[in-house]
Amino acid sequence: MRYPVEESGVPLRLLRTANAMAIRMIENTAKNLVLTVQDYSLFAARAFSNLYRPPIYWPEFLIQADIIGFGSLSIVILSGLSTGGVLALQSAATLSAFGATAVTGQFVSLTMIRELGPVLTGVMVSGRNASSMASELGSMVVTEQIDAMRALGVDPMRKLVTPRIAASITMLFFLTIVADACGIAGGGLVTVFMNHQNGTQYLDMAWEHLRYPDIIQGLVKPLFFGYILSSIGCFYGMRTSGGTQGVGRSTIQAVVWASVLIIFVDFMLTQLLLTLFPPL
Amino acid sequence: MTAHSAFPQHGQDPAPDPVPPGDEEPVVVFRNVSIAFDGPPVLDDVSFSVAPGETRVLLGPAGVGKSVLLKLVNGLLRPDQGSIELFGEEIAGMPEEQLFPLRARTGMVFQEGALFDSLTVRDNVAYQLVQERVPDDEIDSRVRDALRFVELEETFDLYPASLSGGMRRRVAIARALIHQPELLLYDSPTGGLDPLTSTTIIELIVKERDVYHSPSLLVTHRIQDALILCNHRFDSELGRMVPLPKGQTDPGTTFLMLEEGRLIFDGSLHELVKSTNPFVREFLA
Repeated sequence: MRYPVEESGVPLRLLRTANAMAIRMIENTAKNLVLTVQDYSLFAARAFSNLYRPPIYWPEFLIQADIIGFGSLSIVILSGLSTGGVLALQSAATLSAFGATAVTGQFVSLTMIRELGPVLTGVMVSGRNASSMASELGSMVVTEQIDAMRALGVDPMRKLVTPRIAASITMLFFLTIVADACGIAGGGLVTVFMNHQNGTQYLDMAWEHLRYPDIIQGLVKPLFFGYILSSIGCFYGMRTSGGTQGVGRSTIQAVVWASVLIIFVDFMLTQLLLTLFPPL
Repeated sequence: MTAHSAFPQHGQDPAPDPVPPGDEEPVVVFRNVSIAFDGPPVLDDVSFSVAPGETRVLLGPAGVGKSVLLKLVNGLLRPDQGSIELFGEEIAGMPEEQLFPLRARTGMVFQEGALFDSLTVRDNVAYQLVQERVPDDEIDSRVRDALRFVELEETFDLYPASLSGGMRRRVAIARALIHQPELLLYDSPTGGLDPLTSTTIIELIVKERDVYHSPSLLVTHRIQDALILCNHRFDSELGRMVPLPKGQTDPGTTFLMLEEGRLIFDGSLHELVKSTNPFVREFLA
């Protein structure tokens, strides 16, 4: 039997070269992925350990807390209100089929507090701040400001990365509470003014069916998400190369990976927390 | 001048002459250093040393590894092979945390200045002092002295964005000098500047060399800068750089030359101009 490559007229040597190139490309991509994961793990571990070791740059922490926390407040309020409103609209339509529109409050509050509040806030804040961290640090790398800082005897990990991570974890915790409150308020507004239901009943249902495990679940997640979005943003910023084009590339990678990781870690955390605190 | 000032002004006596190179332990020693980045070696088996009070000018065309070599000196990069001693300590395998105190004893002037965009000139120059929690009054006084040394006192409150390229380099020199470093590293300090501004920068380097006698390693691809450094001295009476008598050169200023990552020359100006190496001849032509 003759080889089809010979029948098709493609020289066998050319095909072998193409195959070898494809295999090498796959090998390089796999190696790069493993190396990136390894680098990120080391980076994230070092940044985390710095949270507990002096010197801690408190002024930088406060500046970042202001930028990340207060700066993200408007988008968190708006997205929280809208999401709560949408949840109330969608759930009311479905629940009315079963004559259960009264549980809209419970549905909105549980969904916001356990799931959408933390995830939505994490994704929104990563869109705003992981990108800004990656581009700011990336610009500093390409203009040799990071090297200058190291040459001046200052550790950029402690001075730039650790305050951003500490501020993100702290502020995402509070922003999530704001998003939860706004979501419940948004759902309440839709329930009263668009679905023409009783507001007191909505709030009673929202409050009465809340359990501590729900609140714990909702408040543990932002601690992880804050760490993820800031460590990813700083990681891609600090490994920027290739001038201004490289800064753009780092920014995109930071936002994409931070968002993907937040959603993935949310799945893992939800599974873990549901095991620890099983629903009634 | 205040009690903290380390910057003598015009007319003041400079510090006494340094011990001639070779009598003390070298400040920097490279032994068979090699480094590569995903390809052929950028530096291959490089060995040299910098003695106290010595100014070493590292020559070579763009892309031969000059800046990489400079970043190896203070541990900003790690070699793949070989050993590097800085102030008598082996730094090739030293953890980053232990390198910071050593780096703080050096001053580095980067190619484009590398000033922090978000800080004023005052805060840029004072960066190291702020980290050390030096009182504000003392910081202001020392920053003004450093800026006076580079003749840019009026830029105290400005941001780097409002400075020209030459002014940024001068501020970077002030930032490198404020801590009275034991070793100065200049990465192409005149790169991309017009001839007049380049001469101003070289004059500052000559001034630093002849006033403080700090050992230094200067990277450049401009042979004219190297020649000015070698043929001039700083006259503290006149407050400017003056040419040395014909035929004389600064004995503490010597040269290194790189070609495709290999060190092909290490010696004085006299030896440089007499070199028979074809690459050196072509570079000097």
